[in-house]
Amino acid sequence: MSMALKAVFERDLALAYRQRSELMQPMMFFILVISLFPLGIGPNPETLQKVGPGVIWVAAILSSLLGMERLFKDDYNDGSLEQIMLSATPLPLVVLVKVLAHWLTSIVPLLLLSPLLALFLNLTEPMYWALLSTLLLGTPLLSLVGAIAVGLTLGLNRGGVLLALLLLPVFIPLLIFATAAVEAASLQLPYSAQLAIIGAMLLISLALAPFAIAYALRVSQN
Amino acid sequence: MWKWLHPYAKTQNAYQLCERLLPWFVVSAFISFTLGMVWGLLFAPSDYQQGDSFRIIYIHVPSAILSMGAYSAMAISAFIGLVWQVRTAFMAMIALAPIGAVVTFIALFTGAAWGKPMWGTWWVWDARLTSELILLFLYLGVISLYASFEDKQQAGKAAGVMAIVGVVNLPIIHFSVEWWNTLHQGASITKFDKPSVAPDMLWPLLISILGLALVMAAIFIRRLQNEILRRELHRPWVQALVAEAKGK
Repeated sequence: MSMALKAVFERDLALAYRQRSELMQPMMFFILVISLFPLGIGPNPETLQKVGPGVIWVAAILSSLLGMERLFKDDYNDGSLEQIMLSATPLPLVVLVKVLAHWLTSIVPLLLLSPLLALFLNLTEPMYWALLSTLLLGTPLLSLVGAIAVGLTLGLNRGGVLLALLLLPVFIPLLIFATAAVEAASLQLPYSAQLAIIGAMLLISLALAPFAIAYALRVSQN
Repeated sequence: MWKWLHPYAKTQNAYQLCERLLPWFVVSAFISFTLGMVWGLLFAPSDYQQGDSFRIIYIHVPSAILSMGAYSAMAISAFIGLVWQVRTAFMAMIALAPIGAVVTFIALFTGAAWGKPMWGTWWVWDARLTSELILLFLYLGVISLYASFEDKQQAGKAAGVMAIVGVVNLPIIHFSVEWWNTLHQGASITKFDKPSVAPDMLWPLLISILGLALVMAAIFIRRLQNEILRRELHRPWVQALVAEAKGK
């Protein structure tokens, strides 16, 4: 069983590596959206610092949505998803591995960009560390919950906008707690409580989401 | 209870049950809704601070409470549908969704109209307003997901999963926005020991809540019947029904 999981993981990583230009697009989108904000609201450093955490988080959510469809779409189109579902390996485990591979290949690059964006938006160092830790805890949550909706919209031709419609309301609590943590950091306050809540949400979704994703895929595959 | 409920998983039985229940719901909804509205809007004493404009409470509070109630009912029927593979439950879910969305919209609209004279603004990013707005988005998400599928059987399952994801999320959303920002007054009638609403105002309010609930139930029953007919058009019993209606 673990052999099969390892094979899926390596296959997904290899596929992502061979489609590097596709992986670049959400990253460029991320940078572009963030650079629109200083142009839109003026380059005043204090204002940028104030809106910075929220802007980075909103942009991260939007760009993770962009890359989300890749998660199962190709496998669905070429039929390999069906083979995976027929195999003896439990589907929830397989989707967990696939989500992990997707997170590593399309979300972690966004995290690597975050120091640059923190500079753009004039975040202080404590704010940056808070931002990075919320991103580290929060983005796997985005991937896990997002994968449910990706699974559900798999069979639809025009799933992209619908995916955003379904997921954005669900991500609101994460956005609230993450930005609250960074704001607390900017006032030199402890923000472990917010991190703990995000961690709790991550653990709950880690326990439940794989089953929901597996069910969603079964619905789509009919 | 299961033995008693199980026959209604068949659409024909559910349809006939709806047919029998509908007149009762229509009559009781008419009586209680009219009573609640007339008593509340015309006869209840006006508030010493807010004057007559507080009377919108008799629409605002029932719709706000029932918007959440309708969502839970929707999620429960989605759960029943997913766990026991009951097709009728998905039909009930999707019959409820637009009703809930409209009631949520009414709650938001009356809230805005009430906020203007009281808080001096149409909209603030207050916790309850925000969570009500998100509730509306969740409803719209379920409806649009259902609408995007050609195969309604599949659509029901997909929208059901989304409804359940929403219901898991709803308390989290509620508390997160609560901590985030609050201007709205606290709940007035859920404090059971000593309600902070005067009894002259409380009674019409409770009747309005009951009235709106019954109105929604009556609409829901009719919508469920329509949904059953639309989905089961090819069944002999529906065709017999149609032939009978044509004969009249």
